Amino acid sequence: MDTSQTTQEYLNMDLLRFTTAGSVDDGKSTLIGRLLHDSKAIFEDQMEAIERTSQQSGDGHVNLALLTDGLRAEREQGITIDVAYRYFATPKRKFIIADTPGHIQYTRNMVTGASTANLAIVLVDARNGIVEQTCRHAFIASLLQIKHLVLCVNKMDLVDYKEEVFNKIKEDFEAFSSKLDIKDIHYIPISALKGDNVVDRSEPMSWFKGGTLLYVLENVHIASDFNLVDSRFPVQRVIRPQSDEYHDFRGYAGRVEGGIFKPGDDIVTFPSGFTSKIKAIETLDGKLEEAFPPMSVVMTIEDDIDISRGDVIVKPNNQSQSGQDIDMMLCWLNEKPLIPGGKYALKHTSKDVRCIVKDIRYKVDINTLHKIEDDKKIGLNDIGRILVRTTNPLFYDSYRKNRNTGSLILIDEFTNETVGAGMII
Amino acid sequence: MSRYNLTHLKQLESEAIYIMREVASQFEKPVLLFSGGKDSIVMVRLAQKAFWPAKIPFPLMHIDTGHNFEETISFRDQLVEQVGAKLIVRYVEDSIKSGRAVEEKGLNPSRNGLQTITLLDAVEEFQFDAAFGGARRDEEKARAKERFFSHRDEFGQWDPKNQRPELWNIFNGKKHVGEHFRVFPLSNWTEMDVWQYIALEKLSIPSIYFSHQRVIVNRNNVLLGKSSFITLLDGETYEEKTVRFRTVGDMTCTGAVESDADTLEKIIQEVASARITERGARADDQRSEAAMEDRKKQGYF
Repeated sequence: MDTSQTTQEYLNMDLLRFTTAGSVDDGKSTLIGRLLHDSKAIFEDQMEAIERTSQQSGDGHVNLALLTDGLRAEREQGITIDVAYRYFATPKRKFIIADTPGHIQYTRNMVTGASTANLAIVLVDARNGIVEQTCRHAFIASLLQIKHLVLCVNKMDLVDYKEEVFNKIKEDFEAFSSKLDIKDIHYIPISALKGDNVVDRSEPMSWFKGGTLLYVLENVHIASDFNLVDSRFPVQRVIRPQSDEYHDFRGYAGRVEGGIFKPGDDIVTFPSGFTSKIKAIETLDGKLEEAFPPMSVVMTIEDDIDISRGDVIVKPNNQSQSGQDIDMMLCWLNEKPLIPGGKYALKHTSKDVRCIVKDIRYKVDINTLHKIEDDKKIGLNDIGRILVRTTNPLFYDSYRKNRNTGSLILIDEFTNETVGAGMII
Repeated sequence: MSRYNLTHLKQLESEAIYIMREVASQFEKPVLLFSGGKDSIVMVRLAQKAFWPAKIPFPLMHIDTGHNFEETISFRDQLVEQVGAKLIVRYVEDSIKSGRAVEEKGLNPSRNGLQTITLLDAVEEFQFDAAFGGARRDEEKARAKERFFSHRDEFGQWDPKNQRPELWNIFNGKKHVGEHFRVFPLSNWTEMDVWQYIALEKLSIPSIYFSHQRVIVNRNNVLLGKSSFITLLDGETYEEKTVRFRTVGDMTCTGAVESDADTLEKIIQEVASARITERGARADDQRSEAAMEDRKKQGYF
């Protein structure tokens, strides 16, 4: 093996974050186990450890779920409580899996896992077809604006690998998904247990002409998932070295959350509304010709204007929306329900404000997507449309336009817990 | 790859820098826990990048077990000088002497677990409200469910069932008086990512990571280096082998692997074909199925 070549390839890989959702017994753990195993991401000592534990608990087979159930309580109760992150790589891509439990009471975990994902895998048992949980998972993927969805029809071996079974499930899902906001949907018949169409093509399902799951994961087009049009640079921190060498240096540290910034570009900062030009884009490795998402850089500007943490730098011809009345879809993450008229701390990009809950418009039935207008109690795992008023204006985009400048969290001011996840409409 | 597509390693770098800047802005007194190991070396480089051209705006702190590889300590001091950072060292030995910690019973006690006491005392002494660690989620399964911002109560404990949900890139560092956070900017990195980053950035690392001749004893398939902290048990003998270490830590529980990898390129090849996790060679993790979870709950790194 030529190492320099290997290193070069490794450094050229891109990154796909995906989430897996499924209900109990649909083979999700087996599927992840197979992806990890076939891509050599499971090590011998991990395998030996789960073999030992499987024997002790008398499972009779090597239980791949033990790989993902990391906490003692989970192993004892045989359930997954929390989002677990897994990693594997092929020569093309590095993958981060957010493995989330599928029970209804874990909507908050699904939302958490989905919030950073480019792609969602939704598993269906071929014998059961589309069930309530399938719809719920797909709805959450759509709500969280995951751009790509793969519907894996699993356990095809138990329905004799019949094409009709797969086609029927596909049609059913197509009918349902027309109500969703996901454009790129893939359908794959698999058997995670036997390995059909996961990494290797299935012989018994030679009728299936599409790619295997790994092929889709490796090739789905994610380069355009970042917003490269609407330039947004929330300022995290002001960099002032005050050293002899950089005596007058004043730079703005942050991560590009949208668009492309270049030296010489006209900019406007909010909330001040001052305009200026970008002087340079600085990093320890040297000045850059341009910065794009999700790069962390330091920007210097031509004029000496007051910019601080929580401010945003945009382009004069393409500005954020601004205001104090924020309309959003909210997922509630805490046992203590949302208090109508209640006050919460709110974090949006690098900005901290407070807000008051002005109106709960409706709650969503996450299985049918119907609006429930007569029950407005938003409790743990509920999703609803709410309106808040903030103490200071936010400079934001709709979540559909930009996931990072369109998202926010609500924090309980007494316990400091993160209690709500909001997507601005 | 298209022009506006950042490679995975650059995305991970950017994520870690973003997190370090959030911590420096959200907290009053952060500290970077530094062991001289490869992950903390990567952390120091990321911290330099996050605040450049300003200096790293927080000190580094080493919780010293006294059971160190000499090479690591001299390397640590050099790096600190190079970077121009402030280094704080607190010793497990002092915690034992003052009666705060009790040395484990038996032959060759490990001080790995005792670090927790010294660490929590130091956090209180300096009133640190956030401590950066280099831990990664791929290291161990209890770590796979760890947050970037990991909340610790006033006893420094981790409650795995009551973690704050972490969505998008919004990190909630709000806390009550006396509480603190552990922050793990390398959460999404793998062992391979760390090695590739060391190669990409041309970072120096302590010599014990490279293949060398060492007198070792094989104890329950963990190869321990000969040192004054190790006493032979009945039937054990020392032998000389060509080895290297995949992690640095307390000499009483950090095992070597037999290896000829004497360059970064060879290490990368070895990691690529490795079939044992890096913590697989650590005696402290083999104590029980939930060894890491238990130590983390008590306030371990």
